[in-house]
Amino acid sequence: MTETKKAPVIEMLNVSVGTLRDTSFIVLEDVNWSAIPGDFWVVAGQQHSGKSDFLMVAAGLMAPAKGNCNLFGMATDALDETKLTERLRVGFVFEGGQLFNHLTIRENTALPLQYHRNLTQQEAAREVETLLEILELTPLADITPLNVSDNWRQRAALARALALKPEVLLLDNPLSRLGTGHLRWWLHFLNRLSQGHDWLSRRPMTMIVTADDLRPWRHENRKFALLRDGKFFSIGFWNDVESANDPIIKELLAEPVELAS
Amino acid sequence: MRENLAKAFDLANTQILRRAQLPKTYTDLIGRKLFLFLLTLQGLVAFALITLGVILRKSRSARNVISPLIRQEIGRAGVALLPMFFFVALALGFLVIGQTISALARVGATDYLGSMMVIVVVRELGPLLAAMLMLARIGTAHVIELGTSRATGEVEALEALGIDPVHYLIVPRVIGMAVGVFSLTVYLIIGALVSGYLFAFLQNVPLTPGDYFRQLAGALGWMDFALVALKTIAFGFFIAIVTCYHGLAQPLRLEDVSRVAVRAVSQGVIVCVLIDALFILLYLAT
Repeated sequence: MTETKKAPVIEMLNVSVGTLRDTSFIVLEDVNWSAIPGDFWVVAGQQHSGKSDFLMVAAGLMAPAKGNCNLFGMATDALDETKLTERLRVGFVFEGGQLFNHLTIRENTALPLQYHRNLTQQEAAREVETLLEILELTPLADITPLNVSDNWRQRAALARALALKPEVLLLDNPLSRLGTGHLRWWLHFLNRLSQGHDWLSRRPMTMIVTADDLRPWRHENRKFALLRDGKFFSIGFWNDVESANDPIIKELLAEPVELAS
Repeated sequence: MRENLAKAFDLANTQILRRAQLPKTYTDLIGRKLFLFLLTLQGLVAFALITLGVILRKSRSARNVISPLIRQEIGRAGVALLPMFFFVALALGFLVIGQTISALARVGATDYLGSMMVIVVVRELGPLLAAMLMLARIGTAHVIELGTSRATGEVEALEALGIDPVHYLIVPRVIGMAVGVFSLTVYLIIGALVSGYLFAFLQNVPLTPGDYFRQLAGALGWMDFALVALKTIAFGFFIAIVTCYHGLAQPLRLEDVSRVAVRAVSQGVIVCVLIDALFILLYLAT
């Protein structure tokens, strides 16, 4: 009941999603979906199902080919520089990190703070010290991204997205390149963010992640959706995922094929 | 931000034209080339206006980020190139100016030396040579850096952080290049004129340094200073615009970067020659 009273933070109404390289090439049609504050959505789909493009549209980084996408009640088309504060309430973690390779991990993390608050490099570096510690990145802070493994690069991308303490965090397939230890750390950390991390004054963060493997995301409070055949299907909670008869969902829940030794 | 870039970079049509099969007739081919030229020109003009708008509108925002980047670009497109420019100035002096002075001395026409040097070196050769060297040395680097940034998704990452890519990536390069071309042209001209006289002096040309520099000073008018300044700043601005436009607009794949760099340099040369022609008209009009 309380959920229905909350205004959606992201809302898509009859949205068609094109690809980043060719916006006229439609990968998803008639998407009607919304996320309210505190939601943790897992949007699953096979490769090339349009997960990244869906997330880019949801974040307002790409205009929908058709329909309306709203962020905090405002059309993403209208989120120009005058509405920058609204825009900065959303954080985005790209698959692979997309870090700036000429900057160190500390400089990458500090850049949004430095730019938006006009801080000097030293001031911004001091501001991100705690964040780097929380994410266990302090020993790697002065190394450029190309000199660390994918695991740490992805974590540095998370640090950069969190630097401005956004209310909504969108993560594009964040677990895809991680080793087991890092994968556990991510699931635990994202869960803490979702429930309210001390660093964020225990404010629950709204999360939307995409995934091509549903198994790590098993959680009773998370909401699940599926991208299939150019359509968006809201599945429900984990028990609905497990009981679904959809062959794609079964595939996304299946153990990976073991190669013969 | 994205909308601005999209407007300037709306090159879907040009991509189709570039990838289309060769037309069957020459008139079709000429038509296609003309159409491509106009589309590119439209994109370049839009991009130049957007960049100018950002320079004016955001001159006070994020100064702690942008000012160090501008200093870095001035260092790269100015200070770091000083040795190369001094070498070119020496070469220009020895190869061209020294011989010109000797030739004029042989026919007893040293009275025309000042005006000839001003026309050849100050107005034309100095600025154009500086612009071409800058295009080759820094312009190509711009295309490759920005093209790689675009291909690896760094531009999208900037947008996701609410950072205007034009402000962060283009403005420092444009300002750095404009300041760089202007400053290096001044050094190139001074170096060439001095080394040219030294070469003539070594050949026992009967011309004292006092006479030489008096003639030069007499031939230079305030309009020369103003137009050389304007011209070099225009060279720097437009070289940066052309190279940044191609780096940021075109390649979404790493394999496209080298091809686009070649195209950007060709267009950069054309733009420099067109600007030069425009300034010749201005000189003739004044």
